[in-house]
Amino acid sequence: MDLMTTLQILDSALRLATPLLFACLAGLISERAGIFDIGLEGKMLVSAFMAASVASFSGSVWIGLLGGIGASVFLALIHGVASITFRGNQLISGVAINFLAAGITVIIGENWFQLGGRTPQLEGAARFQEITLPFADAMREVPVIGPIYYELISGHSILVYVGLFAVFATWWVLFRTRFGLRMRAVGENPESVDTAGISVVQLRFAAVIICGVLCGISGAYLSTGLSAGFVKDMSAGRGFIALAALIFAKWRPGYALGACLLFGLLEALGNRFQNIEILSVQIPTQFMQALPYILTVVILAGFVGKAIPPRAGGEPYVKER
Amino acid sequence: MDKMPKWVDIALIPIINLMLALFVSGLVVLYIGENPIEALKIMVNGAVGSTYGWGYTLYYATNFIFTGLAVAVAFQARLFNIGGEGQAAIGGLGVAVVCLYIDWPHWLIALPFAIIGGAVFGAAWAAIPAYLQARRGSHIVITTIMFNYIAATLLVYLLVNVMKKKGSMSPETARFPEGSFLPSAYDMAGWVGLSFSRSAPLNISFFIALICCLLVYILIWRTRLGYQIRAFGQSEPAALYAGISPFKITMITMLISGGLAGMMGINAVMGEAERLVLDPVQGAGFVGIAVALMGRSHPLGVLLAGILFGMLYQGGGELEFEIPAVSREMILVIQALVILFTGALDNMIRMPIERLFARSRQRTA
Repeated sequence: MDLMTTLQILDSALRLATPLLFACLAGLISERAGIFDIGLEGKMLVSAFMAASVASFSGSVWIGLLGGIGASVFLALIHGVASITFRGNQLISGVAINFLAAGITVIIGENWFQLGGRTPQLEGAARFQEITLPFADAMREVPVIGPIYYELISGHSILVYVGLFAVFATWWVLFRTRFGLRMRAVGENPESVDTAGISVVQLRFAAVIICGVLCGISGAYLSTGLSAGFVKDMSAGRGFIALAALIFAKWRPGYALGACLLFGLLEALGNRFQNIEILSVQIPTQFMQALPYILTVVILAGFVGKAIPPRAGGEPYVKER
Repeated sequence: MDKMPKWVDIALIPIINLMLALFVSGLVVLYIGENPIEALKIMVNGAVGSTYGWGYTLYYATNFIFTGLAVAVAFQARLFNIGGEGQAAIGGLGVAVVCLYIDWPHWLIALPFAIIGGAVFGAAWAAIPAYLQARRGSHIVITTIMFNYIAATLLVYLLVNVMKKKGSMSPETARFPEGSFLPSAYDMAGWVGLSFSRSAPLNISFFIALICCLLVYILIWRTRLGYQIRAFGQSEPAALYAGISPFKITMITMLISGGLAGMMGINAVMGEAERLVLDPVQGAGFVGIAVALMGRSHPLGVLLAGILFGMLYQGGGELEFEIPAVSREMILVIQALVILFTGALDNMIRMPIERLFARSRQRTA
């Protein structure tokens, strides 16, 4: 493989990692605050649909993004009401949200556009365009660094850079602010937070809403950045891969970036090569597709480091009287 | 704990939840400009208005009873087996292996082996997540989700590269030999001199599903093992103190659960398709979650909820046919709302009703 091919694959890996990254950070914040969320997939899907629809109505991708975030936050609030207010089972609520998204996007899409569950093709300002970073053209001719800067680092839609920044922001909020400390505490030991006179319910709702916003960006990127419009079931299991990446990253923002890039790279390799030969053994593409899931099971099994979830995760908090 | 009469818990609350789910679904139908009452009529009529309708309703119900029992058994031990989809797919593979490569003289001989094939493959697929939960503490929900995806890709690989019919383009196996064809509802109705729709896929597996309901009931409430499973589910420390091995119970429960999900293959793969296709489960593994929730993890409840969801699936198909504006995905929405209201938002209805009963009891006392 020459430098150009490698760069193209890495470039595509970065693009494909971005929706995973947003969803993964969304899950990270929610689960750090003690709310398990297997509804990432559903929130991504509903946001992808709403972002593409609103963008096609308004002609502006930014308004579309807001629409996507709104839809995703709405589902997040359902999850919050079910799992925080009514102390329901968070896993069951997540399952319901995934089904709801899969059904409602097609029904409403069919009603709005009559295109068999698709939205119209998005063009121009209704899509996130690739932006060229400063000096990219000028530096193009510089050997090695030039192509890396031009091909790999420059020329993505703005959300890719926002995603990279969000990793830092998540780390900073969780580990360097009082709000983040409380949020982590509420996922490990809600009694202590309650004793300190801080509302567990408010903190957990805040986490669930942030999770909704991030899933919203993830879904909007899918339908308005990565492709030009919504198609039925377009999240295609990415929410679950993000969940896998979250465990792979052991609930840490920096590792989450690594895990998402790895899973993005796997997808990029699978897209580019139909068959991969390693040491003259044919690796079927299906194996590449299954690899994120297999790796997650291996990590969960604790054979390669141990993944320990937040201690109070998945349990509704009942205030003592 | 016993604040309410039993009928409130097992009948009234599920019915209110179901009504709420239907009401919100009705709002969705209303939003897209159709009449919800009309839609409901079409659904009910399409599901149970003819032997054809019943034939599909009960065919779907058979799938859902198997997967619902699978989830219900695991729920009894407080294990959330979300992997019914994958276990049923691999179970279907087991059924296909038994039916495809052996030329059976008669279906009566083929059926027991197909049941064993489906159950063993399904149980094997549940065994790894079960072991990891019991020995390494890996969260069973996450591992079973991952195994669903691994099962799907494994099936694609096998159907594209290994088991595909020679010379065929589509990723499916050849049709099974005739000795493994199960009698359909049409055949069975003929034995007793009745008539039944010829084209409906309902087959003898429905009765296997009924037998499974009975066996699960006996297992959970009438055997020592069932007692241990329930005790483990109620309180792991108490079970441990009573000398019940958490490892053993987790493994056995999940093997039974996976086996039940795998047995869905005899209905969908052996009974209906008569070959192995790319997605033999069609989401029935997830419907099993809704069925187990509605049925309160009791075999009788699972049976009734399974039939209800069978009606929903068949009626929903008819609905799309009659009112094209309401697409088939309406089924997913109703299903999601049923899971949401009966599962996650259960306390929303339960808490006020509990309070109501507590108050009326105070007054009478």
